[in-house]
Amino acid sequence: MDLTAETSKSLLEIMLRIRMVEEKIAELYPEQEMRCPVHLCIGQEAVAAGVCLNLTRDDYAMSNHRSHGHYIAKGGNLPAMMAEIYGKATGCSRGKGGSMHLVDLEAGFLGATPIVGSTIPIAAGAALGTIMRGESRVTVVFFGDGATEEGVFHESLNFAVLKKLPVVFICENNLYSVYSPLSVRQPAGREIFRMAAGHGIESFHGDGNDAAAVYGLAQQAVGRAREGGGPTFLEFETYRWREHCGPNYDNDIGYRTGVEFDEWRKRCPVETFTHQLLKDGVLGERDIEAMRKHLEAEIEAAVTFARESPFPDESCLHEEVYSP
Amino acid sequence: MQRELKFYEALNEAVDLSMAQDPAVYVMGLGVPDPKGIFGSTLGLQRKYGEERVMDMPASENGMTGVAIGSALVGMRPVMTHQRLDFALLSLEQIVNQAANWYYMFGGKKSIPLVIRMIIGRGWGQGPQHSQSLQAWFAHVPGLKVVMPAVPRDAKGLLIASIRDNNPVIFLEHRWLYNVSGPVPEGMYEVPLGKAAAVREGTDITIVAVSYMTLEVMEAADILARAGVGVEVIDMRTLRPLDEDTILESVKKTGHLLIADLGHVTGGIGAEVAAIVAEKAFGDLKSPVRRIGLPDCPTPTSHGLARFYYPGTSRIITSIKDMLGLKGARYDGLELHKDDIPHDVPDKQFTGPF
Repeated sequence: MDLTAETSKSLLEIMLRIRMVEEKIAELYPEQEMRCPVHLCIGQEAVAAGVCLNLTRDDYAMSNHRSHGHYIAKGGNLPAMMAEIYGKATGCSRGKGGSMHLVDLEAGFLGATPIVGSTIPIAAGAALGTIMRGESRVTVVFFGDGATEEGVFHESLNFAVLKKLPVVFICENNLYSVYSPLSVRQPAGREIFRMAAGHGIESFHGDGNDAAAVYGLAQQAVGRAREGGGPTFLEFETYRWREHCGPNYDNDIGYRTGVEFDEWRKRCPVETFTHQLLKDGVLGERDIEAMRKHLEAEIEAAVTFARESPFPDESCLHEEVYSP
Repeated sequence: MQRELKFYEALNEAVDLSMAQDPAVYVMGLGVPDPKGIFGSTLGLQRKYGEERVMDMPASENGMTGVAIGSALVGMRPVMTHQRLDFALLSLEQIVNQAANWYYMFGGKKSIPLVIRMIIGRGWGQGPQHSQSLQAWFAHVPGLKVVMPAVPRDAKGLLIASIRDNNPVIFLEHRWLYNVSGPVPEGMYEVPLGKAAAVREGTDITIVAVSYMTLEVMEAADILARAGVGVEVIDMRTLRPLDEDTILESVKKTGHLLIADLGHVTGGIGAEVAAIVAEKAFGDLKSPVRRIGLPDCPTPTSHGLARFYYPGTSRIITSIKDMLGLKGARYDGLELHKDDIPHDVPDKQFTGPF
C-alpha cells in the first residue's frame, strides 16, 4: 500500500513510541517498583499503530490484558499510564487498575480489561450506543487469538452483524494463549478469519508485522463502519517477543522454539518499516535519530512523573465503589 | 381511594415513565416485545417507544450484558430483563468482573448505569433451573446494588430509582408477586435504594423478610396478632446496600429476630443479617437468632416433593412460638392454618404453566 510521507512518519513514530515504552518497562521492571503484571507487546506494534492511525480522537478503542500499545497508539496519556503501572494516585485509573486496566476517555480509549474476550461485547455495546445517540464514531476492539474461542466473541459478532454496528474487531493472532499454541486450541487448517466470516461479517486477513498492510486494511474497515456499512473482522498474524507476562524472554522454557522466535524476530515490524522508509527516502538516519531522542525524553519524563507521584491515600480505598 | 395496580403493571409503569422522561433509557431482553411481554411487565412498550428502544435480543446472555455495559459507557441507560434468574447466570462474568468493578477499577472515570431485572420462579414444577433464588451471590459483590421489592408500590418506586441510579443494579422480582395488587401512586416517584421498610409494627419479635416472604410473614403476623402476639415486620427491599439501622432499631425494641429469606439458608442473606445483629446488638437479644429459608438441596420439580421445600406461614408461626416460648391453649394450632390454594401455585386463578 502506498502511504503518504506524513502517514508513514506517524506510523513509525507510534510504533517506535510503543517499542521504547515497552523496553523501558522491561528495563525498570526488575527494580520491583512496578508491582503489577505487565504484558508487553514488543513485536506486535504494527497492529496498534496501523489501526489507530485511522481513528479520530472521538472514535473509541478498547483492549485486553496486553493493552499498552493500543492505549499509546490511540493517544492515551503516557505519564498517566506509567503512573498507573507504578500504582500511583496520578495514574489513569488512580492506581486501582494497574497495567491491565488502562483508560483515557479524553483520547477515546474506553478501557482495557484482562478477562479474555470480555471487552469484545462491551465494544459492540459502545458501537450500539453511538448509533442510538446519533453519533458517527467508530469503535475498534483489540483481542488475541485465544479470545476467538470465547463464547462472547461469537455472541458479539452475531449481534454486530445483526445490527450493522460501526465496530471493527481486531484479532492479533500471536499464535499462543499464554503457553498454549493454537494447535492444541483450534483445529488445524481452519483459519480464524474464515471462522469469523461464518457469522456473515466482512472478514480479512493480513500480515500483522507490516504496518502499511495493517493501515490499509484498517482504513477500509474503519471507512466502512463510518459510512454505515457495518462491522468488519480483521485478523493479523504477529508474534510476542517477550514472555506472556513479565519483562523477560522465555524461549528457553520449552513451549516454543528458538528457531520460530528467530524467524519472527527477523520480521520485526519496527525495523522492517524503518528500512523501507530509509530506502524510499521518506526519512533519513538523522530524522530517525531525532525521533528517538524526542521519544526518549518523553518517556523519561513519564517515568519521572510516575516515580515522583504519591501513592493513593488510605482514604481512597473506599472511594469510587459506587458512583453518586 | 388510592389506585391499585398489580405488581407487573407497576413494573411496566416504572419503565414506561422512565423511558418517557429520559431518552437514554432503553430496554432489552429475550422476549421483551413478544406477545407475553415478560409476564406483562414490558407489554406495549415497543409499540410506544419503537424497536430501537425496546428490543428483543439474541440468546446471548453474557454477550448482551457486555453490550448493555458498553452502551452505558457511552451514555445510555439500559434496562435488561431475564425471564429467569437462572438464565442470567450465563452473564455472571460481565456482571461481576466488568459491571461491578468498572467504576472502581478505572478510578471513578465512568460508572455503569445498568439495571438487570431477573425473575425468580417458583411452583408448577419450575424445578432446579427455573427457580433459583441466588440474591446472596449478588449481594456479596461490592459495586452492585441488589433490590428485591415485595409490593407494587415499591416495585414501581424502586425500579424508577434503580434506572436513575448510576450504578449496576440487580433487580430481583419474584414470580408469585406478579399478580398481587396493591396501592400504587400515579406519576414519577422514587423509593430510595438502601432503605428497608417496617411494614408492620410490633413489640414482641422482629421478622426481617425478603421479597415474596414478606407476604407469608404478614399472614403469619395477622394470625399471631389474633392471639395477642405483636410481630414487627421489616421488608428488606434492598439487600445491598443493606439498611442496618432499621433492623438494629427494631431488634433493640423486640429482642428477638427471625429472618425469612427466599434463598438457601446456608451462606444466605439471613446469615449476614444475623451476623450484623450479633456484632452490633448482641446485648439486646433475648433469644438466639433464627433463619428460615430453603433447605440444602436443589429445587425438586415434583409438586409431591416441592411441598416440603418451601417454608410458609406455618413454619414461620412455629418458629415464633418456639422462640418466644408461647405455650398454652391460646396458641394451640395457630400454625395449622391452611388456605385452600394448592401449594405450588401463587393464587386460585392460576392453572399453569408459567
